[in-house]
Amino acid sequence: MIRRLDEAKLILIALPVMLWTLLPIYHLFVLSISPQDAVLAGDLWPARPTLQNFALVFGQKHYYLTNFWRQLANSFVIAVATGVLTLVVATCAAFAISRLRVRAGRTIMNMALATYLIPAAFLAIPMYKGMGNYGLLNTRTALVLAMIALASPYAIWVLKQASDKLPRELDEAAMMDGATPLQLFRLVYLPLMKPSLVAIGIYALLLAWNEYLYAFLLLSSEREVPLAVGLGLFLGADDAPWNLLMATGLIYAVPPAAIYYVFRKHMVSGITAGAVKS
Amino acid sequence: MSVTTLGSAPAYAPGRSRPGGRAYWGALMLAPYLLVFLGLVLYPVAYGLYLGLDTQSYRKLFQDPIFYRTAVNTILFLTIAVNLKLAIALALSGFFVVDRAWVRVLLVLFILPWAVPSIPTILSFRVMLNPENGMINQQLFRLFGIFDGPPWLTDPRLAFASAIMVHIWKSLPFWTLILVTGRLAIAKDLYEAASVDGASRWQQFRHITWPSLANLYLTSTILSMIWTLGDFNSVYLLTGGGPADQTQVLATLGIRYMRNNSLDLGIASIIVAMPLVLPLVFVMVKRLSKGGEA
Repeated sequence: MIRRLDEAKLILIALPVMLWTLLPIYHLFVLSISPQDAVLAGDLWPARPTLQNFALVFGQKHYYLTNFWRQLANSFVIAVATGVLTLVVATCAAFAISRLRVRAGRTIMNMALATYLIPAAFLAIPMYKGMGNYGLLNTRTALVLAMIALASPYAIWVLKQASDKLPRELDEAAMMDGATPLQLFRLVYLPLMKPSLVAIGIYALLLAWNEYLYAFLLLSSEREVPLAVGLGLFLGADDAPWNLLMATGLIYAVPPAAIYYVFRKHMVSGITAGAVKS
Repeated sequence: MSVTTLGSAPAYAPGRSRPGGRAYWGALMLAPYLLVFLGLVLYPVAYGLYLGLDTQSYRKLFQDPIFYRTAVNTILFLTIAVNLKLAIALALSGFFVVDRAWVRVLLVLFILPWAVPSIPTILSFRVMLNPENGMINQQLFRLFGIFDGPPWLTDPRLAFASAIMVHIWKSLPFWTLILVTGRLAIAKDLYEAASVDGASRWQQFRHITWPSLANLYLTSTILSMIWTLGDFNSVYLLTGGGPADQTQVLATLGIRYMRNNSLDLGIASIIVAMPLVLPLVFVMVKRLSKGGEA
């Protein structure tokens, strides 16, 4: 009986929480399957649900969708390049700081942490001016570089923490055997760090895929921007085809959400490990 | 690892910078990040500070009424969003640690706002909250006969409240997860002993849960303040800073100035925010690097 009462109380909490959580996502989905004439009706479920919107998106059959495939490809290239390059930069740095114990390693770690913590929105204008001075504005390279700069500090911090946990004896044994630092890195360090490396690669990839502000500042031509900015272009008109926007948004949102869920266990562990400990 | 190399000399002596040595490789492997840091963070920031030396731009900034509105908005946004979000997260983390299979399933759904990219979902809010033909006001009319639903995005106060709501919607799952992790780290036998002694739920929270979580809650508050200060998307994509620039925050104002070709004001508005940002960053760096060394 008491258990029943507890169960009822729990459900009473769960219902509003789920309504709050799912409503905007449900709304996104409903509009994406609504025909054009039902967009402004505000129905809870469209009278005639349709997959027509997705056909229009894939066929690029609307003014706002002229560059859909190109922008999707841009998102993909930018995210993968950021993921891979961040991983290279951060793994090398974490190895140098944690295992090779370079001088000033601690200072560099703190500088990186400060970069991670200063809100990216405040770095955007200086970054924009910097990229302008480098002559990189409106190139995807500029966005990839900016995303590496934003992603690598957190990446280094997480990888350094993971790397500090590996036993020192491992390095010493390898050295006794005459391994060079490079061999130690390739043959001992990288295999042991694999789980953290996967998590950090995914982190950087998702960060770049989801980025809006830097993408729309650094890139202007509709053929260079990623899909995130392509979605924002719909805001240009008041009578925008919201159903097509939501269909495109759904296509854009599913891959990163799926990746997040697959790697969910690894994704939060870094920040919680740091936060819980301190 | 074999013993065949036992007779050979050590491959490198620690601390020497000769090729093949530890310090040599250390410097080489740190170089890519140092290049990234110098070229993409330090140089732009230094250049920005140089542009910010012009005192004229601060005079212009302080004469702009929108800047005052924005400063007040930013303080309000920080105070309300951070405290409300963390208080709800603290309460909900108590719900999500309940040991039921269906609660665990709900937790997976609950983190959707965090897992899904924010651009489509914020734009979904924007359409949903449209005062005339959005789903919310249409349903208020059909279900409850409310003819004029709240002007969610056209009234400055409501639009600002909506932006805070969207911000909380997006980041609540993350902080709830953090506090769930914190709660799960508390030893179970503490609660068992307490309930044997007849302690009430509130007493258990007051004397076991809160003391264990207080430090994590404080860290979360500081970190959340920093991230909330930098939340560009919730405001820009929902209200665009409008109506009439009444819902701008510091994270969006700089970009607005820049787009209006007043780069000097944009830079000035960022530098003016630094006395608020830098102490928080400093405290957080100290906390995080301490955690990392442990």
